[in-house]
Amino acid sequence: MSKNIAVKVDDLTVAYNYKPVLWDIDLEIPEGVLMAIVGPNGAGKSTLIKSILGILKPIAGSVEIFGMSYAKQRHLVAYVPQKGSVDWDFPTTALDVVMMGTYGSLGWIKRPGQKEKKEALEALEKVGMLAFKNRQISQLSGGQQQRIFLARALVQNASIYFMDEPFQGVDATTEIAIINILKELRKAGKTVIVVHHDLQTVPEYFDWVTFLNVKKIATGPVKDIFNDDNLTKTYGINYKVSIQE
Amino acid sequence: MDIAEYIRLVFSDYTLRTITLGTAILGAVTGMLGSFAVLRKQSLLGDAISHAALPGIAIAFLITGAKDSNILLLGALVSGLIGTFWIRGIISKTHLKSDTALGLILSLFFGFGMLLLTFIQKQPNANQAGLDKYLFGQAATLVESDVWMMTIVTGACLLVLLLFWKEFKILLFDADYTKTLGFNTKFIDILITTFIVLATVLGLQTVGVVLMSAMLLAPAAAARQWTNSLGMMVFLAAIFGALSGVFGTAISATQNNLSTGPVIVIIAGIFVLFSFIFSPSRGLLFKQIRFIKNRRDLQLHKTLTFMFRIAETHENISHPHTVKILNNFQGFTKRTLQKLVRKNYVKLDGNMWSLTEEGFKTATNLYNQQNSNDE
Repeated sequence: MSKNIAVKVDDLTVAYNYKPVLWDIDLEIPEGVLMAIVGPNGAGKSTLIKSILGILKPIAGSVEIFGMSYAKQRHLVAYVPQKGSVDWDFPTTALDVVMMGTYGSLGWIKRPGQKEKKEALEALEKVGMLAFKNRQISQLSGGQQQRIFLARALVQNASIYFMDEPFQGVDATTEIAIINILKELRKAGKTVIVVHHDLQTVPEYFDWVTFLNVKKIATGPVKDIFNDDNLTKTYGINYKVSIQE
Repeated sequence: MDIAEYIRLVFSDYTLRTITLGTAILGAVTGMLGSFAVLRKQSLLGDAISHAALPGIAIAFLITGAKDSNILLLGALVSGLIGTFWIRGIISKTHLKSDTALGLILSLFFGFGMLLLTFIQKQPNANQAGLDKYLFGQAATLVESDVWMMTIVTGACLLVLLLFWKEFKILLFDADYTKTLGFNTKFIDILITTFIVLATVLGLQTVGVVLMSAMLLAPAAAARQWTNSLGMMVFLAAIFGALSGVFGTAISATQNNLSTGPVIVIIAGIFVLFSFIFSPSRGLLFKQIRFIKNRRDLQLHKTLTFMFRIAETHENISHPHTVKILNNFQGFTKRTLQKLVRKNYVKLDGNMWSLTEEGFKTATNLYNQQNSNDE
């Protein structure tokens, strides 16, 4: 495969206290894939994303984004944190949260203006939330809050998107809306990396998958490696998932 | 003394003017910064800072032997900052939770400060009297230079708020995300924290170590009830804080010897109480009213739907039925029936009722809505 490598992780090891959460992870994610990171609770899925994004400091290892350090390539990367990681009673509106996606390109002190507002409104429209732009964020449903987070990342107009459980606690309609946006991103040549819980939907939603349980179990195209063998290795129990051929 | 006379006095009397200005500015700056502390869930930080400042006051006195308030407050600032950054250190380096770290530093520093105060009081030095006023504050000791100091700090605080508004907002809402955008979150964090310490220390002379945290929390908590915008919240908190200062001073000045600090805090508390009850969107009163109204509406709609189903069985929807049937419906009362009559949904004729055209239309809509919701 002659594709560029979007994200390259070398020997990444992360520990919170004494116990390593991630051990010696090597990972290459090709450009343009829609990838799921799967693994049991405590497997280090979120930690992996957070370490790649520099939120957590790894004990060892390095991360490259398109061949350069993350600090230099930050503008190419967007992040959708877990919905539960913020206080939704914060006094602000949906539009305001989406505008935050422009803060990175604005840099210090400079305030967002008409151009940024226009971008934010476009992103809100893409996720079908334009009608809610002036809504206080606590008055949004869980699925709507997730869409707002997604819109905030879309505003960043990045090449690589990291998403931490975007389907958690959303209804079926929102799930379909979100996956359609992710597929559109892939169609536009973007790389999308998603921490995912629902094994049933992996073959349907994703074309690339990484099995993780502290160590990397396997990574590759869904059609080649999403099988009972790897699932059993990752989850430690006999797993049977019927995959539609 | 009537109000007009008091207002004239505020403008003419030097002492009263100084104290009123001082407490108003103090209330404004602590209100603004308190909003950030409250939104960061660091409400107790103010309490820890003010208590941690006490040993600094004592040490500054021991070193200089003078009671110049600016020097004492400098000491308070240094020890307040040390305490605050120890708290941060404890939280990040150990497994202790933030409330434990706050409590630990608060009592440790306060204990040490009290120790120093008693030591100073044993000294054969006539100058030492009055240091303990920092425990509960004494607004009467405010002089013009203190007010200038407060004005300068408030000005600096406003400038920093305006410059770094976007950075403060995003850090408060989502710190991890802020980091991924390339902002130095540690710098923003230290900037906010330093200003919170500065404002807290500034209030020690007026309100005192023990009550200072209320000046940070109360205006912010009250302001949160009235708005869903961060900018408005900070603005309102500043207004509530300033008004607490002005009213508190007025009450303590007109009532003999009521201590100013506690009165200001009580006024701020009244703002909180009022806001918790009467805020239109978040207040308890309107929440309860909305709750009851919703229940009533639902009950009415349920009854109407029940009547609709009975009327439906007849070809003529206006065919009268006996009121007795309705007794089978749980939740039916005479009052609901009267209400339905008043709304012209139902006609009552003796012991018989019948749906009106309008009632039938409304009920049809409700019925269809309910069915589509069930699907």
